[in-house]
This record gives sequence, structure tokens and C-alpha cells, in this order.
Amino acid sequence: MTDFLEVKDLTMQFGGLTAVDSLSFKVAHGSIHGLIGPNGAGKTTTFNMISGFYKPTEGQVLLRGEDISGLQMHEVARRGVVRTFQHSTLFAELTVLENALVGTHMPFRPNIFAAIIGWDSEDRSGAEARAKEALEFFGLDHVMQERAGDLSHGHQRALGMAVAYASHPDVILLDEPFTGMNPEETRQMMDLMERLKADGITILIVEHDMQAIMGLCDTITCMSFGKFLAEGGPQEIRNHPAVIEAYLGGARHVA
Amino acid sequence: MPKFLIWIAALAALIALPHGLSFSQQEILVFLTINVLLVASYRLLTLTGEWSLGHVVIMGVGAYSSALLTKKLGVYVPISMLLGGVIAALIAVLLSFPLFRMKGFYFLIGSFAAGEIIRLLWKRFRDPFGGAKGIKGIDPMPDFSVGFYQFDFFEPTSYYYFAGIIVAVCLWILWRIEKSPVGLTFHAVHWQDKLAQASGVNVRAYRTLAFAIASGFAGISGALLAHYIGTINPNAFDIDLMVYVLTWAIVGGTATFYGPILGCVVLTVINEIVLRELGLEQMRPLIYGAIMILSILFLPNGLESIVQKFTKRRAAEGAPERRPAE
Ligand SMILES: Nc1ncnc2c1ncn2[C@@H]1O[C@H](COP(=O)(O)OP(=O)(O)OP(=O)(O)O)[C@@H](O)[C@H]1O
Ligand SMILES: [Mg+2]
Repeated sequence: MTDFLEVKDLTMQFGGLTAVDSLSFKVAHGSIHGLIGPNGAGKTTTFNMISGFYKPTEGQVLLRGEDISGLQMHEVARRGVVRTFQHSTLFAELTVLENALVGTHMPFRPNIFAAIIGWDSEDRSGAEARAKEALEFFGLDHVMQERAGDLSHGHQRALGMAVAYASHPDVILLDEPFTGMNPEETRQMMDLMERLKADGITILIVEHDMQAIMGLCDTITCMSFGKFLAEGGPQEIRNHPAVIEAYLGGARHVA
Repeated sequence: MPKFLIWIAALAALIALPHGLSFSQQEILVFLTINVLLVASYRLLTLTGEWSLGHVVIMGVGAYSSALLTKKLGVYVPISMLLGGVIAALIAVLLSFPLFRMKGFYFLIGSFAAGEIIRLLWKRFRDPFGGAKGIKGIDPMPDFSVGFYQFDFFEPTSYYYFAGIIVAVCLWILWRIEKSPVGLTFHAVHWQDKLAQASGVNVRAYRTLAFAIASGFAGISGALLAHYIGTINPNAFDIDLMVYVLTWAIVGGTATFYGPILGCVVLTVINEIVLRELGLEQMRPLIYGAIMILSILFLPNGLESIVQKFTKRRAAEGAPERRPAE
């Protein structure tokens, strides 16, 4: 496994607050990598910097050795790094299928002239096939024509992942994908994550459900108050004194 | 196919329509046709969530451009109209650089300011824009014959047919765009630009694209107007007309393609036929304002919501289709 995605001395300041403080870690190609830490540790902020939503105050994000920090979100996405959002962020007014179709924007780039004349039927059917495939993968094919905003919370989380998956990403960043899912749904989703991994997709995941994290991840990075705390396999992290301390000492979420 | 027959009937009605009208009503029909394109192009812009107050000025850019191209460079009239649209689209691309640093309310105000600057330039530079008096004696569309029909452009009916064909083609293009993956991307940019961007959509480029296309078709509508009335001036494209466009769009509703067109047609009919007959024309701004407020209060989804109610019921009774065709 080679260094594929690397975060180097990443720092983000909001006014006087340092949300992420020279954080460094490496994500190996084809692995499932967990990023954990108590509430407010800076996990989402880290995702925002990797995905190009924020420009880091300092530090670099390296993808296959290329510095992608400071690129816009769509430019990062076009390099194969696609994210989901912590709070179900969907096109609530559009149907489930249309949501997934937007996800196919990169592999099937719309062309306005072809669209007017009608020379894009191949692309359209290709995009539709891919969208349906992504929905099927996440078990959403039976709600294809429903308004995304009307879905149950768990289905909305799944749709967020389906939109990301539809774009054929190399890396998926998942921000708390299992919130709002019952244990059964969570278990099914974990199986799907394993299948994505088997397909060669690298997954970077933020999640408070420790059972899921421990069951899924090859490597886990733990952070607290914006700083790197510990890294290792599930077994190591579970028993790491600093991690236990961070979660027990004044944090709301307990592993 | 009953749907096909409905289209044929509608077409026949549109062809027959001017023959049942007086001369002045025929003229109004020409303006209505042009305004339909104006308001339909405005809807394309609203697809990405932006409401501009500069759309009518952009229409004026098309009018001025086409008029000047014919006057100064001797460009053949229908070609000048097309070029007028292209120039309006290019001006929109230029304007997008300052304007798309803003969103929502700020974009609204910014677009108004940009429009006023353009109108100021028309007033300030008498060469070539003719100052406050504008441009007079704009070349009319040259007459021609297509065998069975002789286009004589002193007749409003002829110009109505000519403009009608152009508007129909433009509407068809706008409709194709809206129903295409590009249109879906416009919706995506509107509803959740963050997620669109995360899916690889260059949000800025798509907003610019929608603005440019909408402006291009507005420009064509302006050019159609210029070569019909033969004279244009900066005040023909002031905020008054913009308020009418907004009223048409809001009263008609912007959720569907036909909503704004419906608003434009219904309000024009009310205005020109009912108000004119009653001699209440002077009160047009007042009555438009009242209609706008009433429709926001009692018909928040516009006239289109009434149509949708009927078509939905029909679709529900017919096939058990979940999504009735729009
Ligand atoms: N846009 C912002 N402006 C100012 N402060 C911010 C901003 N975004 C995050 N913060 C602050 O940065 C810190 C880290 O927030 P972040 O959302 O990254 O935490 P998190 O680890 O994702 O927490 P959670 O587990 O609750 O999702 C918090 O103190 C938060 O208040
Ligand atoms: Mg978070």
C-alpha cells in the first residue's frame, strides 16, 4: 500500500480559534481510514480542507503527491476525491433519481449543444444507468421517483453516499454516514463499505459509532482539540491511554 | 394521439388569431409575442436561483446592438437580430465577473446597478447610441415572400407571424436546455450548490452559462422589438418594464416552463383588453401591484398551480403514473 492521500501540517484558524492545528496523517490506497475525536475536535473542518471547501490557513493536502490544497471543491472532485456532508445535504426538491444523476456529472459531462440537438442520448442513457446502479447498490432503487426531501433519515444518508458513489470516485470522504440509521441499517452499510473497498475505492470516514469504526477501519487517526492524538489499528486505538483520556475527560461522546 | 391534435389546434388558433383582432390589438399581439420570449428567457436565469433586475436592460443591449449593426454596418436584418442576441450574451458574460461575486439580494441590487450603468452609457454617448433620444429610423425587416404568403412588415400580422416563428424556435431551444442534463445541473446549483460542487459541478461556470443564455434570448427579443417599432431609447428599457417582467413571472409561477408565459399572456390580456376597454389604463401600475400582492397572498405557486391541479387529476385518472408529464 502506497501513500495516496496525505495531510501535512494542516492548520485552520477561524479568527482566534484554531480548529485544526498542524494535523498530519497518511491514508493508504485502498484502505478504510477512520478519523475520530470528541465533538468539536475538528474532523469536519479537516474534511472541508481536504475537499476544497475551505482553504487551509497553513499546510498541504497531497493527492498522489500533488498539492491539492486551495483548489476549489469541484476541482478536487474532478481529481477523484468526493465527499458527503455531515448534515444530510441533498437536492431535497429533486427526485432520488435526479439526485443520483447529478452525481454522474463528472463521468457524463453534459454538453449543451448536443443536448439541444439531441445528440447526447448515449450519454443520457449511460448516466441514467450509472445513477440507477448507484441507487441499487445503496438499496434505494425502490424509492427512485420519490422526492429526496421526503425520504427517511437513514435513506437520506444512503442517498448522500449514492450521489458520491455515482461519480466513480477514487476516494470517498464520509462525514458521519451512519447517523440516523438503526443497528440493522448500519450493519448493512458497513457491508457496502467493505464492497466499496474491494472495488478499490479508498474511504476516509468520520463516525461517532465506535463499534462501526472499530469493525471497519484498517487504520484510525484520533484527534482532539484540533491536534493529532494517536494513530493505529482498531486494537491499538481502543486501548490507547491518550484516546481513552480524550473521550472520558470532559467529552460528551464516550466510546 | 390527442396531445398531437391539441398542438395542431393551438397552432391553428395562433395563426387565425390576428384576423379576429383590430389593428391596435394586432400590434399588442406582436408585443405580447416578444414579451413571451423575454419572460421565458428570464425563467432560465431563475433556474439557478438568481433573480436579476437587469434583464430588461440586457434586452435593450440586443435591441441597440441589432439596430446599430444594421445602421452603421449594413448587416442584413434577421442576421443582425441573431448577432444582437450574441452580443447580449457576451455582455452578460462580462457582467458575470463582478455580479457573481454576489448572491441573492446583493445580486439583485448589483444587477440593477449594472443595468443603470448601461442605460447611463446609452444616454451619455450620443455617438453611437443617440443619447436620451435614442436611435430612430431603424431598418425594418425587409419584406419577402414564401410563395403562399407575402410578408409585408408594415402589417402587424406579418410581423406577428415572423416574430412568432422566431419566438417558437427560441422557446423550443430553451425547453430543450431545461429538460437536458444541463437543466438538471441548473436546478442542482440552485437547490444545493455545495453538493453540486462536491459532485464536480463548476458552479460559477453554470451560473454564468444560465445568465449568458437567458441574456442571449432576451437580446433577441429586444432586437425583434427594435426592428418592429423602428425607434428605441434608454427609457424603453427602464425599471418599469422590469417590474412587469417580475410580475408576469411571479403571478404565473416559476416552477414550470409555461408558468411565466402564462402570467405574461393572462396579465397582458387583462391589461390590454379589459383595462383599455374600461379606460383604466392609467391605473396599470396600481392594478399590476394589486394583482401581484393578491397572487402572492392567495396563489403563492402562481397560475401554473391551477393548471397543474387539472393536469395532475387527469394523469391520476388516466394511467397510474407517479409523475405526471409536465
Ligand atoms: N465556519 C466556522 N467558523 C468558525 N468556527 C468554526 C467553523 N467551523 C467549525 N468551527 C469550530 O471549529 C471547531 C471544530 O469544528 P468541527 O465541526 O470541525 O468539529 P467536528 O470534529 O466535526 O465535531 P462533531 O463531531 O461535532 O461534528 C469547533 O470548535 C467549531 O465551533
Ligand atoms: Mg463534524
